[in-house]
Amino acid sequence: MNLSAIRTLFLGIFLVTSFASYSQNESSALEETLLEENEKENKFDPKSMIMHHVKDAYGFHIIDIGEKKYSISLPIILWTDNGLTTFMSSAFDHDYYGNVVVESNGGKFVNYKEKIYQLNPGEDTLVKGEDGYPANTTKPLDISITKNVFMMWVSMLVLFLIFIGAARKYKKSENFIPKGIASFVEPLVLFIRDEVAIPMIGEKKYARYMPYLLTVFFFIWLNNIFGLIPIINGANLTGNIAFTLTMATFTFIITTFSGNKSYWKHIFWMPGVPVPMKIFLMPIEIVGMFTKPISLMIRLFANITAGHIIILALMSLIFIFNTVAIAPVSVAFSLFIIVIEIVVTAIQAYIFTILSALYFGMATEEHEHH
Amino acid sequence: MTITGIAAIGAGLAAIGAGMGIGRIGGSAMEAMARQPEIQGKIQTSALILAAFVEAVALFGVVVALLQG
Repeated sequence: MNLSAIRTLFLGIFLVTSFASYSQNESSALEETLLEENEKENKFDPKSMIMHHVKDAYGFHIIDIGEKKYSISLPIILWTDNGLTTFMSSAFDHDYYGNVVVESNGGKFVNYKEKIYQLNPGEDTLVKGEDGYPANTTKPLDISITKNVFMMWVSMLVLFLIFIGAARKYKKSENFIPKGIASFVEPLVLFIRDEVAIPMIGEKKYARYMPYLLTVFFFIWLNNIFGLIPIINGANLTGNIAFTLTMATFTFIITTFSGNKSYWKHIFWMPGVPVPMKIFLMPIEIVGMFTKPISLMIRLFANITAGHIIILALMSLIFIFNTVAIAPVSVAFSLFIIVIEIVVTAIQAYIFTILSALYFGMATEEHEHH
Repeated sequence: MTITGIAAIGAGLAAIGAGMGIGRIGGSAMEAMARQPEIQGKIQTSALILAAFVEAVALFGVVVALLQG
């Protein structure tokens, strides 16, 4: 693309935005009335539906048939002033607008937008403040087993079974010829070793990092796949920023602790450049140390969340147009996106692993001369 | 136009940037593979990594738009 084309593009954007801001007041007033109408008529609201499905929840809501709702409830575990409080999420009766009040262990609890709030003593109903958040509540320490936590444990169990099974097969077989589940695992493990660990970290030191790289690869991959299974309502674990933050923090800690002398020298006192440049580069390199894991975190989170949002948005089209005629188009497109997403599950797990390996390689690299 | 609309335009601009970046990476990788098919694997790996870097910047934009919208 040449320069004039870019200039035309930006000019166009400025024209559109300036024209649009001219009619700002009118449209926002219109939007407010639309929102009110939506609430009155209980119309379909794609944004809240999508956000509800992408977020974590206190149970697997499977299907509604008529008025009856089928779901798997999970335990809610709270630490309140009265100590440990536990009850099943079915006590809320699928309510997440804060209407149903559950009494347990001397406290009253409501579920408002998939977060548990404790009503202040003497209060009976939830009151919303001007900012839209609950006003008369406190938030107890929430260590509930939500659907994300549940799916994480399931994936841990599945990984454990797969790899223990594979190890058993190797123990039994002669000549280490893979059989059964081992013949499925072996190419993947070899792929991580030969295509990721050895090129990125080096022949000498890769063995130390293999357990972490393999764990990260299989754990993220399996959870990406679990996120795509519709019947369990897409437990969107790898699209949860807390989960990706934890994974990226592990990479950051391992990188920091395995950093050798030359790694730290390259951060604090870059060799081979003049002194003013050394001082100039130091803050940049220190920021770079933190942006690497942060970009790991956001890449995985945003990729998986974006995939889920696209699929749900395509499904919402049927209800937005309120006709069955659009359904074949919508289903065809979401099938196409799901196929892409299946590829993305593997690619994102691979990218996370290879970038972790790259950072470990940078931290342990030996510089011969400068 | 509300802040949501501006956020949507921002997400679109991020997508344009990422599209240009990934397009150039893909094009150059294809060309390189055609010239030297014997190192196809290596080129593919580095192209994927570079695409991930470009994409990350675009996703920062998308996340900011998502928080605003």
